[in-house]
Amino acid sequence: MTDALRIRFLSTSLIIGFFLTWEVLCILLNVSDLVLPRPSEILVTMWTRFPVLWPHILQTLYSTLFGFSLGVIIGVALGVIVGTSKIAYAVAYPLLVGFSSIPKVAVVPIFVLWFGSGTTPAVLTAMVICVFPIVVNIATGLATTEPELEDVLKTLGASKTEILWNVGLPRAMPYFFASLKVAITLSFVGAVLSETVASNMGIGNVMMTASSNFQVSLVFAGLIILALMGVALYAVFSLLERRVTGWATRGNDIAVT
Amino acid sequence: MSPNVSARAAQPVSTGPVHARPALELQDASVVFGSGEKAVTALAPTQLKMERGDFLALVGPSGCGKSTILKLVSNLLQPSEGLVLVGGKEAKAKELRIGMAFQNPTMLPWLTIEQNIMMPLKIVQPFKHSYRTDKKGAFRDRVHALLDQVGLKDFASHYPWQLSGGMLQRSNLCRALVHEPDLLLLDEPFGALDQFTREELWQIMQTLYLDRKPTVLLVTHDLREAGYLANRICVMSARPGRIISDEPVNIPQPRDIGMIYSPEFVEMTQGLRELIAQVRST
Repeated sequence: MTDALRIRFLSTSLIIGFFLTWEVLCILLNVSDLVLPRPSEILVTMWTRFPVLWPHILQTLYSTLFGFSLGVIIGVALGVIVGTSKIAYAVAYPLLVGFSSIPKVAVVPIFVLWFGSGTTPAVLTAMVICVFPIVVNIATGLATTEPELEDVLKTLGASKTEILWNVGLPRAMPYFFASLKVAITLSFVGAVLSETVASNMGIGNVMMTASSNFQVSLVFAGLIILALMGVALYAVFSLLERRVTGWATRGNDIAVT
Repeated sequence: MSPNVSARAAQPVSTGPVHARPALELQDASVVFGSGEKAVTALAPTQLKMERGDFLALVGPSGCGKSTILKLVSNLLQPSEGLVLVGGKEAKAKELRIGMAFQNPTMLPWLTIEQNIMMPLKIVQPFKHSYRTDKKGAFRDRVHALLDQVGLKDFASHYPWQLSGGMLQRSNLCRALVHEPDLLLLDEPFGALDQFTREELWQIMQTLYLDRKPTVLLVTHDLREAGYLANRICVMSARPGRIISDEPVNIPQPRDIGMIYSPEFVEMTQGLRELIAQVRST
């Protein structure tokens, strides 16, 4: 336990030290707050502008989570299809890789073209960007299920659907939740990206507007809010993962004999 | 498939009242993997018949096709030629309720022992029908009674990784028996255990068998295990496998574990041993 405490203490010190160094260097080197504002200034801006920032935070959260939810539904459905059929896997794989290798910034203009600027392209970008890791992980989880586990149900005369529900999907859950951690972060990136390019709402848009008005400390305030939101989303899904798939990460607990 | 095979499959395969039919019948069943030059015969055409309540042990050198027979009976594998009849119908018809225990316990790691053992009740009719209503009541009591019988009643809510190898094999037996199978298939379920645990589980297995009297097909390479548990022993030849000896074990049940060190028993297992040594060298 002391090791865990020490690590927690050290990583907290590192974060605090990082901001302290930033603050001190800015003062010592006399850096203009138009180039790099001090953390204390950013904090003040965040505090005073919070009422204005809050709806934008909600907007970004909404775009992220909505797009992410759509991405999860589509990703799981595609993953199950691709993972349960060897032929579907082989046929669909090149196309999936092709889609995944498109830089997602490139799809934003297309979504804007189709749906105009605003929430819709942000949601769709968040969706598109997170589908692939989910598909790949669900498919891998299903495709690597030990045949022995499936045989247990087959000898009982279970149908394909019963095997999928009772063996395949639970077996794929650790892969699924691992991919969710990645996917939620990607969705967040996608939503902010789209807001930056084409929206009048959201933290991405706030930063864009603030930057063109030389409100530098507001730009940095947005950046820090984004970092906090990203960490929070990641933490939620890490926690969920640990709760749901603890059986796969039981660590080195000694077996009762 | 040749025309005469499909013609044979279309015939009524067995007659007489259901309970008069043998529990299991292999009619010239064979298994060949691959084709042409690369074909590998896993099982040469085999005849085998088991009456209801039989406890048959199948012994032989490794790779002789013992497990292949189990896979045929449980319909994990289809015969290349011939017929596999379970309860008078082809294996895929699932005429008899089958319980199977593999060499690896294969407990699902995300379920507790209780949930694992309950799995057959979730899949197999008629239990499946009332699974939702009974899983918290009658079914759980049944699982707990079984666990009690094998000495695991305190481990129902443990996860598989919290149990030792011997405990997992006991759970494995429970899962194979929970849906009261007519036909129990055991694929070397005691193979990976130490001698003491193994003898202990033989005794548990004997009690479970005598309580319920299912038809049991046990695949093993342990001659003492075969002699202690079974009332009939079939010896298979080396690959491609074929049954070369089929003898009853005329010792009344229940048998005492100490019996396996008696002269008569040793003589019987020695006879089997020599037989297998012969077929391995030829």
